[in-house]
Amino acid sequence: MISRRNLLGTAGASMALAGGHAVFPGLSKAEPAVPNLPAALPQGTRSEVVMDALPGKKPLIKLTYRPPNYETPLEYFRTPLTPNDAFFVRYHLADIPEVDAAKWKLLVGGEGANGEVTLTLDDLKKMPAAEVTAVNMCSGNRRGLFEPHVPGVEWGYGAMGCARWKGARLKDILDKVGIKKDAIEIVLDGADGPVFDKTPKFVKSIPVTKAMEETTLVAYEMNGQPLPHFNGFPARVITPGWAGVYWMKHIVSLRAVTKPFDGFWMKAAYRIPIGKFPIVARFISQETDVNTPITELVPNSLITSHPDGAAVKAGRVTVGGIAWDGGYGIRTVDISSDGGNTWVPAKLGEDLGRFAFRPWSYDLVAKSGKNTVMARATNVIGQTQTANLILNPAGYHNNVMQTLTLNAI
Amino acid sequence: MRKIVFALLAAMLSAPAFADEQPIELKKAPGLDVVEGNCAACHSLDYVQMNSPFLNAAGWDAEVSKMIKLFGAPISDEDAKKIADYLKANYGAN
Repeated sequence: MISRRNLLGTAGASMALAGGHAVFPGLSKAEPAVPNLPAALPQGTRSEVVMDALPGKKPLIKLTYRPPNYETPLEYFRTPLTPNDAFFVRYHLADIPEVDAAKWKLLVGGEGANGEVTLTLDDLKKMPAAEVTAVNMCSGNRRGLFEPHVPGVEWGYGAMGCARWKGARLKDILDKVGIKKDAIEIVLDGADGPVFDKTPKFVKSIPVTKAMEETTLVAYEMNGQPLPHFNGFPARVITPGWAGVYWMKHIVSLRAVTKPFDGFWMKAAYRIPIGKFPIVARFISQETDVNTPITELVPNSLITSHPDGAAVKAGRVTVGGIAWDGGYGIRTVDISSDGGNTWVPAKLGEDLGRFAFRPWSYDLVAKSGKNTVMARATNVIGQTQTANLILNPAGYHNNVMQTLTLNAI
Repeated sequence: MRKIVFALLAAMLSAPAFADEQPIELKKAPGLDVVEGNCAACHSLDYVQMNSPFLNAAGWDAEVSKMIKLFGAPISDEDAKKIADYLKANYGAN
């Protein structure tokens, strides 16, 4: 057995704190039921989730308390920018320190660099600033809708958000030390860690080519404000177009390496089978014969104007939503109201850039009774959404076209 | 234990940046104490409920093994078996 005393001895104070909450049932509070949960989620998920507010956050859909995994409710996706206090929260491991911005330091170096430098938050803010509006989405968003179900955090639709990120370019930061010609990856490490030392710390790497892109940042602002604690305060890596797993929160070190980084979270996790997805962006130094790290997001869309099964008045109904992809840009969103036999283009809304949520809308004539609406996003390089789920063991890249039911009276 | 509880309470009131974790009550059945005593050290027990009831016996064995072999959970073979048996019996596929 693992006693609390042992736990206090081995883990950080933050862990002991988080772990301690369960012993105070007297502090429990009313938890409203979660509206509009997808019926396809596992029954156990549907019965355990609650609306819960983390400090500094609005009530979000709590999947797990510790580590905290909270998804954003549908209503916050009706604008292309997601509010900071409603932005989803995702952690793998539960020792999450509150970082003191005044003491925070970013170490830049590694055996693939020509030197080492330590930057403070002020140093970072004095560098030329760049801004990018980009979608941050968990690789496993919509995992809970997999059939058959696969284990993991059983996300519905809301493990994503779009924000305007401001920070220093990663390439400018690496230029401070200079990286060697044979550096192939940049290893990203954050301040948060595991409860036990033997648990592999959440550390990721990205190809040097991705690190050098103009839009890859170490961001210290989100929608004009400091990052919320639970979204990586005081700074996190931003890899627009790529899955959220690379957007290292509470970033504390950037290390250039000349050999593929072989940590657990690269070698054994966040991998997709080779050849199953029509992906362009590769992570060649980490590929094996059978699988590859997840890279860019696949085109996807979400109907946000109505929850599934909503009651509407017969007649004209404006259906709207958002679409996004891995950063090529959305070309069209098509709508079908006959189960996918015929498709008509929706009207695209404000363009906040190729990495952002792209709003769209469509005027549907709802007939009395049950109506179905399907949406399908296609990007400028022709990637589109799948009709049938592409199975993969960890439940990534679910971009199955959504079918929404509207009941007209 | 009492000292620890007070320390936790004091820390909780002064540091706001953690989830206000509510007690998760798993099904009362043989082995629950072993599950609570081991699994809850690293994660809240809603992880169990969330991943149910779709894992078969092999699926739950794989999860318990993953926590020990890949995530380094210090759990004895004896406890691991009790945990797996509890999960299969109470949160396994129908």
